[in-house]
Amino acid sequence: MKPFDYQRAHSLADASGRMGDAASIIAGGTNLLDLMKIQVMTPSRVIDISRLSGMDRIEPHGDGLRIGALVTNTTLATDARIRAGWPVLSRAILAGASAQIRNKATTGGNLLQRTRCPYFYDTAMACNKRAPGTGCSAQGGSGRMLALFGTSDDCLAAHPSDMAVGLAVLGAEVEIRASSGDTRTLPVTQLYTLPGNRPDIETGLEKGDIITAVILPAPRIGTRQTYRKVRDRASYAFALVSVAAVLKMDGDTIAEAALAFGGVAPRPWTDAAVNGLLTGKRPEPATFERAAAHLVPDTAPHPETAFKRPLLRRTLIATLREASGLAGQVDTARNAPSGAPQ
Amino acid sequence: MGGPSGPPFSVSARRLGAGTAGVNAHAPGTDRGVPSPPLERAGQAVPVRLAAALVANDFTRPAALHRAARPRRAEEKFWNRQRVAWFGPDTVGPDTARPQLALDLSSLNARHEERFLMTKLTVNGQSHTLALDPRTTLLDALRDHLDLTGTKKGCDHGQCGACTVLVNGTRVNSCLCLAAMHDEDEITTIEGLGSPDSLNALQAAFVEKDGYQCGYCTPGQIMSATALFDELKAGHPSYVSPDLDHAEMTDAEIAERMSGNLCRCSAYPLIREAIAMAAEVKS
Ligand SMILES: Cc1cc2nc3c(=O)[nH]c(=O)nc-3n(C[C@H](O)[C@H](O)[C@H](O)COP(=O)(O)OP(=O)(O)OC[C@H]3O[C@@H](n4cnc5c(N)ncnc54)[C@H](O)[C@@H]3O)c2cc1C
Ligand code: FES
Ligand code: FES
Repeated sequence: MKPFDYQRAHSLADASGRMGDAASIIAGGTNLLDLMKIQVMTPSRVIDISRLSGMDRIEPHGDGLRIGALVTNTTLATDARIRAGWPVLSRAILAGASAQIRNKATTGGNLLQRTRCPYFYDTAMACNKRAPGTGCSAQGGSGRMLALFGTSDDCLAAHPSDMAVGLAVLGAEVEIRASSGDTRTLPVTQLYTLPGNRPDIETGLEKGDIITAVILPAPRIGTRQTYRKVRDRASYAFALVSVAAVLKMDGDTIAEAALAFGGVAPRPWTDAAVNGLLTGKRPEPATFERAAAHLVPDTAPHPETAFKRPLLRRTLIATLREASGLAGQVDTARNAPSGAPQ
Repeated sequence: MGGPSGPPFSVSARRLGAGTAGVNAHAPGTDRGVPSPPLERAGQAVPVRLAAALVANDFTRPAALHRAARPRRAEEKFWNRQRVAWFGPDTVGPDTARPQLALDLSSLNARHEERFLMTKLTVNGQSHTLALDPRTTLLDALRDHLDLTGTKKGCDHGQCGACTVLVNGTRVNSCLCLAAMHDEDEITTIEGLGSPDSLNALQAAFVEKDGYQCGYCTPGQIMSATALFDELKAGHPSYVSPDLDHAEMTDAEIAERMSGNLCRCSAYPLIREAIAMAAEVKS
């Protein structure tokens, strides 16, 4: 690690005031320290926000919940209200990393974790995300973890978060505090920008912006929710493909469908047209095939991600079979027991 | 077991080589004042010195290289640029300042010590106050500053779990924790669970079931399993729990909940058996 000054922020205003070109916020540190050790990130000032009070709470917010940016992944996934009302979020978080990492990882840090593209990690290789203008080594390189959607000639990297996919399918919003003190919210899917010719810019956040919370809308009681993750080993690996589904069944018709996909794009991927192809339809193979055909692109941006096309199709269909009740077992959103412990 | 061997500050100072004495202790043959032959005429001696300089800590490196092989102008310029990049512009003086290098070094170290953070850690019930470089991870603080070497460093990147400790009762990878961020926290390491003559239930179960081969991952496995019991008791679900509200101690649950602890010897079946056995002993 390069030497840095460690500073503990006393307030949000203090933290954003200290953010400059060479400064980085640290929350759980599980991504930042990893990258600092190999000098992919080299902040000269590290601003610790982990002790800011009040940001580690999950509070009622209208009919939904407001999740403080410092709430850990474990606290969020195990919260009785989340397990009951938004079970797909619990499952998505529990599908990621390990118990040790989830105990440290925070809601804000998880959203802003960097890609796992091997060339981003290897400082001896060109990477437009890490060193703008140097080129993309994944083009013509090796690419099992790369994206299918939203890529550009300058960058093929995927966003690795599972939690973000769970939040996207639920229509969650990110609350951001600007250095001016103003607060704005963005849907989770719009937090991220696609690489285009500036892969180094990954989000719409400005200098001094801090994620303060994530807002969950009211629970969709009665919906069937599931998160299916396919990876190279049974646990503790990043997604090759993941599918989050929230389905409302009305007899033998799909009354509402929301889907989000992980491991396949520079952000949690959603496609309203695919949701639309399912809505009002009977849960049968032809319906699922139509949705999959619409979703899966005709070609892959990298020859080594070609396998993700059939994998995504099959994973989507398997997820839809479960979520619509044709196979397996999923979680059904319900009201939390009153006075549920947190 | 194994408390600190001296005042913590001197431990840190020793590691960072405060002043030239510490530096030279790491890099023999680079004493200031001992004339070094120029590179072309140095024969075998130079590579030896270079090697010594390279194994020494970061701060000795460019200065020792200077002394070992008084460089030609182009090389000198190169190293000056390197030093500006590594240590900042105020560490490079005019050529005539070369004999002052040792002074530069000590001021570097002084500058560095200014950044030291006083950090109080309560480890296995005993409290320690350490003066730490901000970069020090909790893992390095335990192993290198407190001599608690039961906690292992496998990958140093959160990927193997060998460094698992409990922080205020929850398991974390100590390699991905800055020690300074754990000021005032309570840490439990493998040394805090039991001792060789009085093993706790999990330690005894690992011995009984032979839940290891080389044993390198074992402290991390045991710390992780310690937390696993508490998490199950608190009703935490896992990704493989059929129902998010009810989790039981099944083989599949143990496998999933222990997946953050890799075992290079692949003792997994016996690790799971040991954990199941300890769970039975406990209940
Ligand atoms: C071995 C390993 C396996 C993993 N596997 C998975 C996996 O399968 N699935 C998965 O989803 N993740 C996985 N992860 C990633 C893990 O989820 C992230 O490291 C973690 O969520 C990051 O959270 P943090 O609080 O530690 O972030 P930090 O490291 O503290 O911060 C990450 C980034 O976010 C910024 N930041 C943090 N908080 C804020 C804020 N409030 N406002 C603005 N900026 C902020 C920081 O400046 C930094 O740039 C894995 C990690 C490891 C090491
Ligand atoms: S050494 Fe910390 S996880 Fe490997
Ligand atoms: S026993 Fe050798 S690594 Fe686990």
